[in-house]
Amino acid sequence: MIFDGIRRLGRRSLVVVAEHGRIARFGTGLLRAVVAPPARPGRIVQEVFDVGVLSLVIVCISGAAVGMVLGLQGYNTLIRFGAEESLGAVVGLSLVRELGPVLTGLLVTGRAGSAMAAEIASMVATEQLDGLRMMSIDPVHLVAMPKAVAMALAMPLLAALFTVCGIFGGWVAGVRILGVDAGTYFSSLESAVDFSDDVSGSLLKAVIFGMIVGLIATYRGYTSAPTSAGVSASTTGTVVVASVTILISDYFITALWGV
Amino acid sequence: MQPSPSRDLAVGLFVLAGLCAVAWLSVRVGGLSFGDADRMQLHAAFDQIGALKPRAPVVIAGVKIGQVRTIELGNDLRAHVTLAVDASLKLPDDTTAAIRTSGLLGDQFIALEPGASEQDLASGATIAFTQNALSIESLISKFATNLGNGGQK
Repeated sequence: MIFDGIRRLGRRSLVVVAEHGRIARFGTGLLRAVVAPPARPGRIVQEVFDVGVLSLVIVCISGAAVGMVLGLQGYNTLIRFGAEESLGAVVGLSLVRELGPVLTGLLVTGRAGSAMAAEIASMVATEQLDGLRMMSIDPVHLVAMPKAVAMALAMPLLAALFTVCGIFGGWVAGVRILGVDAGTYFSSLESAVDFSDDVSGSLLKAVIFGMIVGLIATYRGYTSAPTSAGVSASTTGTVVVASVTILISDYFITALWGV
Repeated sequence: MQPSPSRDLAVGLFVLAGLCAVAWLSVRVGGLSFGDADRMQLHAAFDQIGALKPRAPVVIAGVKIGQVRTIELGNDLRAHVTLAVDASLKLPDDTTAAIRTSGLLGDQFIALEPGASEQDLASGATIAFTQNALSIESLISKFATNLGNGGQK
């Protein structure tokens, strides 16, 4: 009786460990595919188009909206202490250090990560990957690698665009609507945000989040069950796991490197 | 994979826009600088700099003309501050550097007040006249002591 419980615990633990091992092996395979010839620039450009260009509108609109909300909230809090000239610093630091990379990561997960997983999963379901293997083409190299690389390339660019849109959203709310002085907004922004601490850390975070989403989306698609239920499960799994991983790893990146 | 000119153009534009955003964040917002071609360095020593930080603005008449580069404690136990200011400015050599606070709780900055000398400050020169940061605590304690003395000095 008691052994049954312990045995079940052991089995669960083994499943968890085995899953992480499979992700790690898949990740190593992806890394090997990145350096292995051919480089497949055409496929990578196509995937950057799917991830980056098609996510551009939602990222920019969300960035501007988040910046405007930060401007309003920050102004209403700071005005109590008569410190509304620090609005630029509040908006800039929160966007550059946290909100830019994290929210972009979540948005791109929902917009492009899910589509990526669904595409690979439906290729699994229709046995296209087996077809590739029959022609001795490595499906990780042809299908998964360009998608993961495009994620890691596009994420820092999208995060930077999100941050810039957010800073201008904060400017619209703070300067144009609430009447903070424009020079004060930008000078407090410039004196608070530092390249070596804040901007480089923001880009580092975005690259890591891009790699996380790329790895999880391709892995989930690649290992999905070859059924229509498998396609939907891999899509859901990608969004849930990637979002949670981004938020948790954000804490550790911030704690370890202080960015 | 068919080459598609319009897709390539869109990707190129996206990458360009992203790189512009990174560059703007790094150089304009983050203050990353590649050499200071149009900046000159000035030095100033203060007994008390309060909460002055590197990259604090340097202003003349309220207009930003540069920023604080480094703050170090010198051998004379005074705070030695290096300023990078616009090189096109002609600052008289009796210019005063004062540490001010924007608003009651705002950040501290350095305000330069040009003097009337005929000689100009060259790059690398030291500003001789400085005003320390005002400490609100010391002002309040002076005020309180004066009150205790019945307002007598």
